[in-house]
This record gives sequence, structure tokens and C-alpha cells, in this order.
Amino acid sequence: MSRLSQFFSHFFRKRRYDDISVSIQEHIDERIDELMDEGMSRGEAEHNARREFGNVTLMQERSREEWQWQRLESLLVDLKHVCRRLGRSPGFAITVVLTLAIGIGANTAVFSVVNSVLIRPLPYPEPQQLVALHLNAPGAPGLADFRDELRLSASMYLTFAAHNRAFQSVGVWQSSTATITGTAQPEQVNTALITDGVLQTLNVPATVGQWLTAADQDPRGARRVMLSYGYWQRRFGGDPSVVGRTISVDSQTREIAGVMPRGFKVVNYDFDLLVPLAFDPVHESLAGFAYHGIARLRPGVTISQADADVARLIMVWMGSWTNGPGIDPYFYLTWKITPALKPLKDQVVGSVGNVLWVVMATIGVVMLIACTNVANLLLVRADARQQELAVRAALGAGRWRIARELLVESVTLGLLGAAVGVGVAYVGLRLLTVIGPENLPRLSEISLDGRSFAFTVILSVLSGLLFGSIPVLRYAPSQQSVPLLGGAVRTSSVSHERQRGRNLLVVAQVAMALVLLISAVLMIRTFNAMRTVDPGFSGPESLQVMRISIPGTLVRDPQIVTRMQNDIQDKLAAIPGVASAGFAASVPTSGAEPNWNEITIEGKNYAGEEPPLRLFNYVSPGYFHTAGTRMVAGRDFAWTDIYGLRPVGILSESLARELWGSAQAAIGKRFREWPAMPWHEVVGVVQDVRENGVDQISPATVYWPSMMHDIYGPGSFDARRTVYFAMRSNRAGTQALINEMQQAVWSVNSNLAVDSIRTMQDIYGESMARTSFTLVMLAIAGTMAFALGILGIYGVISYAVSQRTREIGIRMALGAKKSELAWMFVRSALVLTGVGTAVGLGAAAGLMRLMQTLLFGISPLDPVTFIAVPVVLVAAAALASYLPARRTAAIDPVEALRAQ
Amino acid sequence: MAKNSEHRDLFPGALEIMILQSLRLKPMHGYALVKHIKQVSDDLLQVEEGSLYPALQRMLKEGLLEAETGTSAKGRPTRIYRLTDAGIRHLEREVVSFERMFAGFTRVLAAAKA
Repeated sequence: MSRLSQFFSHFFRKRRYDDISVSIQEHIDERIDELMDEGMSRGEAEHNARREFGNVTLMQERSREEWQWQRLESLLVDLKHVCRRLGRSPGFAITVVLTLAIGIGANTAVFSVVNSVLIRPLPYPEPQQLVALHLNAPGAPGLADFRDELRLSASMYLTFAAHNRAFQSVGVWQSSTATITGTAQPEQVNTALITDGVLQTLNVPATVGQWLTAADQDPRGARRVMLSYGYWQRRFGGDPSVVGRTISVDSQTREIAGVMPRGFKVVNYDFDLLVPLAFDPVHESLAGFAYHGIARLRPGVTISQADADVARLIMVWMGSWTNGPGIDPYFYLTWKITPALKPLKDQVVGSVGNVLWVVMATIGVVMLIACTNVANLLLVRADARQQELAVRAALGAGRWRIARELLVESVTLGLLGAAVGVGVAYVGLRLLTVIGPENLPRLSEISLDGRSFAFTVILSVLSGLLFGSIPVLRYAPSQQSVPLLGGAVRTSSVSHERQRGRNLLVVAQVAMALVLLISAVLMIRTFNAMRTVDPGFSGPESLQVMRISIPGTLVRDPQIVTRMQNDIQDKLAAIPGVASAGFAASVPTSGAEPNWNEITIEGKNYAGEEPPLRLFNYVSPGYFHTAGTRMVAGRDFAWTDIYGLRPVGILSESLARELWGSAQAAIGKRFREWPAMPWHEVVGVVQDVRENGVDQISPATVYWPSMMHDIYGPGSFDARRTVYFAMRSNRAGTQALINEMQQAVWSVNSNLAVDSIRTMQDIYGESMARTSFTLVMLAIAGTMAFALGILGIYGVISYAVSQRTREIGIRMALGAKKSELAWMFVRSALVLTGVGTAVGLGAAAGLMRLMQTLLFGISPLDPVTFIAVPVVLVAAAALASYLPARRTAAIDPVEALRAQ
Repeated sequence: MAKNSEHRDLFPGALEIMILQSLRLKPMHGYALVKHIKQVSDDLLQVEEGSLYPALQRMLKEGLLEAETGTSAKGRPTRIYRLTDAGIRHLEREVVSFERMFAGFTRVLAAAKA
């Protein structure tokens, strides 16, 4: 107790009391004097004065009651009574507190996730000014098939940065990787390539040293980098004198300019190094839409004003750059590029918002079910106290007095539940950050903060009032309606009425549990549908993947790059237990930057129409065989195709069908990417591959040889320098195999870094992470709801049996069969479940439409689910009611009639 | 108890007005108030101690009165109650509304007789 409150309770209050006592004492003394003046003896006078005055203590108390703290005091007294009463029935208290702790804990945990991911602002100063430079291109057919946004090109950035009126700062960035040498082993790190303006926009100061500046953008200028806090700790042990030292990035010496603070990310990207992007305006063209744009709005500028400014800048951009001589720069008018800037947070959060709100609502429903269970328990308890409450009401305890006591009890239970629930939430969040999907944005920011605690307290008080109000409505109405002797002579109408409240709770529980079970089952079916999809590769668990990059600074000649890759592939294939090996520029859902462009078909007249965009991948001979991608027609590439720069290509099955009607018909046909490119002949067609995750349709894909002519035409060629090697082996994922893989790579060149070593199963699992995350959350919620709902039915029937012992006795005495009596109870449970199921089915049908975006390969009104779940629920309810109903058999009619 | 209830609900607010009106003459302690009201009303109104002290406490809290420790006419320590400005304003408002109420009350009684 603080000094201040001590002062109040002991000094201040006491003085008031003493004053009133003094007044009263004087009052009595004067009366005594008066009576003695009238001739009474002292003793008589004192006696009479006191009798006239009445109960001094009572009056003192009533006088004191005029002061506020009296209420608080009586509240504390109530609280003491509540605690004592709960202590007397620990079973009840523990059941209720644990039920609430699970409900509140689950809600607090999920709320913390929602709060951290969706509500809490981004960790940058004045985050409301930050926007993502999102562009739509509805006129570029095919683009939307695999990416609904158009990124910025370098020339766009240069135009926007120079001529905008809406932004304080603007910048573009891209994720990439780099090889760091000069350490014991070559190390592959994640880099964020940034232009000037990115750090100014995010506006988080460096922990050590300074930001990169505009000077770093000069392709011939300062070669500098910045470190992330994590990389600084890992590589330099957090040494503050690191500024000015040099490291070798892709065999290029760079000076360290500074270190960004702990937790700093470029939008949502966790990097090791910040590397300046050095655009050379002389060589830039319109194309090359490879960069994410971000900007900070000027104060007072709205997003729609900024949209208008960017729309103007897009025209300036088309007028300022070309794609080379003879190419119409206004070609991009056909793409109908429109700005659709959005708050940066929307880009960070992405599609996860939808999932989280569904999970939050689900967990909220579990809380409601938990509350109905607790309300049921409280009703039973209040029943038991009915006589006591009636006596107190008869003795003058007001309606509010009894209501208050019941509410103090329920809110106390709520708060106790919250106290344990916070522990549950803490453990839950620790688990979540460990098992949660890696692509859940802001995962590392998830924590219990003040807002989460406030949520917990409000939730527990509200739920306390909610489940507490049900017994209050029943037991603290006007005093006459509480029968004083109700405990002894229970009329059937009273018990029916009481039963009705409980029945309503059960109907509500069944309905809510049904909705949750249906969502959970639909997610399970979605998960299964995703697993049975042919993703375009086979046996992901025995497919080992790793990424190797050969930068131009290490090996300039593309021919030698290809030789090295060929050597690595051969050495990997020669490892014992490895069946085959191959490589490709990207493997499904690897997160590699997509590469796409239009292709033109030989002999086809486009009549001014633009052909759609296609996804490009670059593969080695043997890659398809290794990945288990089926050859539908024709043949795979051969090394002679690669080294001979032969104009060949392979198409995905859906693309071949689209262009020429069938896979067979496509063989021998010719196509190309740009006018100076020789026509390439289709030599093979492979099955479709789900490049963007199993729940996304397969993009129409062109597979090019890993080394081929480049944009500068015949004679000039290039190889893919960052590729993913794939090996088929039943030793996939073992450390021994990984060691042998690294040895194989280093025997070719010891400066090569190996990274992203995973099995395809890991990659595959990550692409299903969002679904499995939703699935796990809904399955937990559904199971809790199911268990609580069944417990509710069990409790109600159990109580009904115990209440109607006498009736059962009479019926037995009149000749009713035991099985008929048991059936009577089971039937009433089935009626309740039936009503609840009907209500729940209606609600589920409406709600599942909202969940449609989370489903895959299954209708939101899937008939199997909508039939199977109610059947299971009704069966479980029948069983839950049969167990207590069976007890009727044990009732002895004579005993039952004699009792009461 | 029965004795109390006979007098308690004279009508709402009556006790308060009598206390305020009495204290308007001069500050008094509790017993003096009881005697004063009894005398002035020609023994018609008897203030019950059981109502007086809680009423005084409530009026103190509402700021209509203030109290200080003083001595009674007999020289013993007690609490002297005094009217505050707020108390005077409250009294004036209440008297106006009481008079209006009485006028109405009287007319209703007269009509019932007629």
C-alpha cells in the first residue's frame, strides 16, 4: 500500500469519523444534561439519552456511507467473500480459470500477432508518409498471370526522382545475393541493392558511421557498402571501428560506410549488406522493370494527389528515354500503365491480413464458447446457492447488492483466467515465432505489448460481465420472484425455465462449434487438394537444391562460366548415391527474381497487337530429368545445343497448346524474343510447373538454354551466373551429402559460395506455409470448440438427469422402460444439437464465402464437408448425452420417490 | 425503528431545507439544531438523530455546509456547522420550488374538498 493511500485510509478518513463521533458524543451529553435538569438521576438520564438516540454505531456507519470509499470497502469485502467461496470449491474454480485461461490466452496470442502485423505502425519515423510505388499495367496481357504489379525500371526511377512534386524522397531497391571472399570460406550473403533515396525515405539513422549517399550511385565513384546489425555482429563482433575497413564483395573491394541499427529492414527484406545501385543514365533504356519503388510523401500530400503526379511522370518518362534506335517509346501506351500507390504497410503485410482476421474471428468464437461453458457452470452454482440468495433477498439485500456480488465473482474469475492466460499467450507466441511460416511478415516484431495487455484486461472483464450476467438475470430480478423455499419444493415449471436458459447456451455452442469445425475441415481439404496437385516435379523430399553464383568479377567469359557449371553438374552427379544432377536459373517458389518478356511466333501476323508476356527460365541438359518434370513431347537440351549456341527452346505444355493446339504440333515450330534474335526452334515440351506455389496456376513458360545469344544479337552471348543446382538422391538433406556437395563445388573453384541448401520439400513446404498456418490455427480452434461444445451437452444432460430423478422414479413406478427413459434424454440432446446444427449451417454457408480466397480446389459450400461435419457432431452429441442418460437405469424408483 | 420511520419521510428534501434555514440564522452544532427546529416548529417537528447526522455528512460532502471543531454552549468540544455560499443558493432555489409545490398541493386538496 502506498503512503498516499495510507494517509487517506488512516488519517483523513479517521478524522472524519472522529469528528462525527465527537458531534454525537456531545449530542448525547447535552441530552443527558437536559434530562438530569428535568430531575433524572445520572444513570437514568444516560440510559434514556442513549435509547432515544438509537444505535450509535449504525448511525456512524450510515454517516460514513455518505463518503465514497465506503463503496470501495464493501467491494473489497465482496472480493474477500468471493475468494473465500472459490477456495471452498477449488474444483469449480480451477475448471473455470483454466477454461478461461485457454480462451483468453489464445485470444491474446492471436491479438498480439494481429496487433504486431496489422495494427502497429511500421518501425520508421512518420510511417504514414511512406508509400509503395505500385504500378498496374492492365494492357500487358500475361503479366497478371504471375505478378499483379509492374515494378519500376531504372529510367523510371531517374525520371521520378528528378521531376516529382509529391515526394520528399524516392528510391528503388532490389534483393540480390553476393559472394564475400577473404574469409575462411567464401560466404554467400543477402544484399539489398539500393539507390540514393531509399535510406532517406525510411529515415532510420545509422548506428555506426553514415548512410550511403548520392555519390555512391556513380558507377565510377566510391565503392562502398553498409552492414546490417546482424552481419556486423556475426562477421566483425560488433567492432565500432569497422567504418573505413574494406571487404571483398563479388571479388570487388568495397569500403564499409556504416552499420544500420538492429531490426532495420528494407521494407520487409532482411539483408546482410546494403549495396548502392549505380545506374548509368547514358546506358539506361525504358525497359528493365526490376525494382521496387518506395517514397515518402511531402506533408499534406495525399496518395491520390501522388497518383496524379506519377501519372504525369509516366508520360515524361516515355518522352525522355528509348529502348534503342527505331523502337517507338510510346509502345508502352498499350500497356496502360497506371499508378496505384499504396501505403507501404500494405506491401509489407500483403495477403496475410485476410488470414489473420479470419483466425482472430475464429479464436473470438472459441472465447464465446468458453464463456457459455463458464456461464453454465455459474448457473449450476447459483442454483445451489438459490436458497441462500433468497434468504438474503428476504432480509433486505437489494437486487443490485446480489447482482454486484455475482458480478464481482465472475469478473474475479475472468481476471484470474487472464492472469494465467497471459502465460498461455506468452508460451503460444514463443511457439508461433518458432513454427510460424517464415513468410509471415513482421514475424520478428511479434510481441506482447501494452496494447496486448490492455486487450487482455478488457477481454477478461467483458467476458466476466458476459458470463456473469446470465446468473444475474436469473437470480437477481425483483425479490418476489425468488421463491424462498424453492430449494425444498421445486416445481417442474421452475426447473423447466432454468433448463431453458441452459438449452439456449448449448444451441449457441453447437452452432459456433459447427462453424469452426466446417472451416477447419475445409482448410484440411484445401491442404489435401494442394498435396495432390502435380506440381510439375516429383519426389521433393529426395531432391536436393543449392544455389551457386559465379559473378562477372570472378569469371568474365560466359563460355567459362558454362564450363564450370557443367563441371560442377558432372561432379555432383558422380557423388555416390546421386542419381542425376542439373541446374536452372530458378526453381519453383525459390523467390528468384522472375524474368519475363513477350515472344513472337514465326509467320504470325500480330496486326499491331502486343503478344502476351511469358515467364522465362534457363535450364541445363538433365535438369528436367533430375527435377522429375515430365517430357510431354520432343527432347531435352543437349550440351552441344548449349555450347553451339543452337537456336532451340523448350515450352511448357499449356503454352504449346495455347500457341499451336497440342504439344506434338509445337515441335519444330519457331519463335523469338526480340527482332534481332535468331528464330528458335521448339525441340521439346514439358509438363506445366507450379512455379509460384501449388495453389497458383502454372505460368506459361519458355525454357531457354543456360547459355544463349543476348539482347545485342548474334555473336554476343551470355550465361546465367546465378543458378540453382538440383540433385536427385535418397541421401538428400543429410549433412554428409551437403559436405560432399561443397567439396565438389570447391574442387572446381574454391572461391565459389554455396548457399540456400535445401531440399525441394522445404521449398514446397514454405509455399504451403500460409495454408498450413491457417490450417493449424483453425484446427486448434475447431478442436477446442468441439470439445467445449460436447462438454456443454454432457453437462446439460447430466444436470437434467440429476434434477429429474423424482420424475424418473414416478415414470418407472408407472412402468416406463429404462431404455425409453434414457432415450428421452438423448432425444432432448439431439433436438438441441439439431437446432444448433441448423443455425450453424446457415452461419457457415454465409461465412465460408468470406474464406473463399484461402481455399484451393474446393468449393466453399463443399457438400462432403457440410454433410460429414454435422453427422459427426450429432453422433458425438448423442454419445455425450447417452453417458449421463444411462444413469437413469441405476435409479431406484422407491428411493427416488422417497427422496425430497 | 418504528419511531424513526414515522418521521423520516416527511417529504423529500424537507429535512435539508430545515437544516439550511436554521443555519442561516447562525452556525450551530447538531444538538442545537435539533432543539432549534423543535422550538421553532412549536414541537410539531422532531428531527431524528438517525436522519440528522447522515444528512449533515451528505451536505458537507456536497459543499452546502462547512464544519469546524468548536465548543458547545456547555463548553464541551463538538462540531459547529455553518452555511456556505453554495448552501445559501441551494436553499433559495429549494424554497422557490417548495413554495410552488405547496401551492399546487394546496389547490389539489381544495379541489378534492369541493
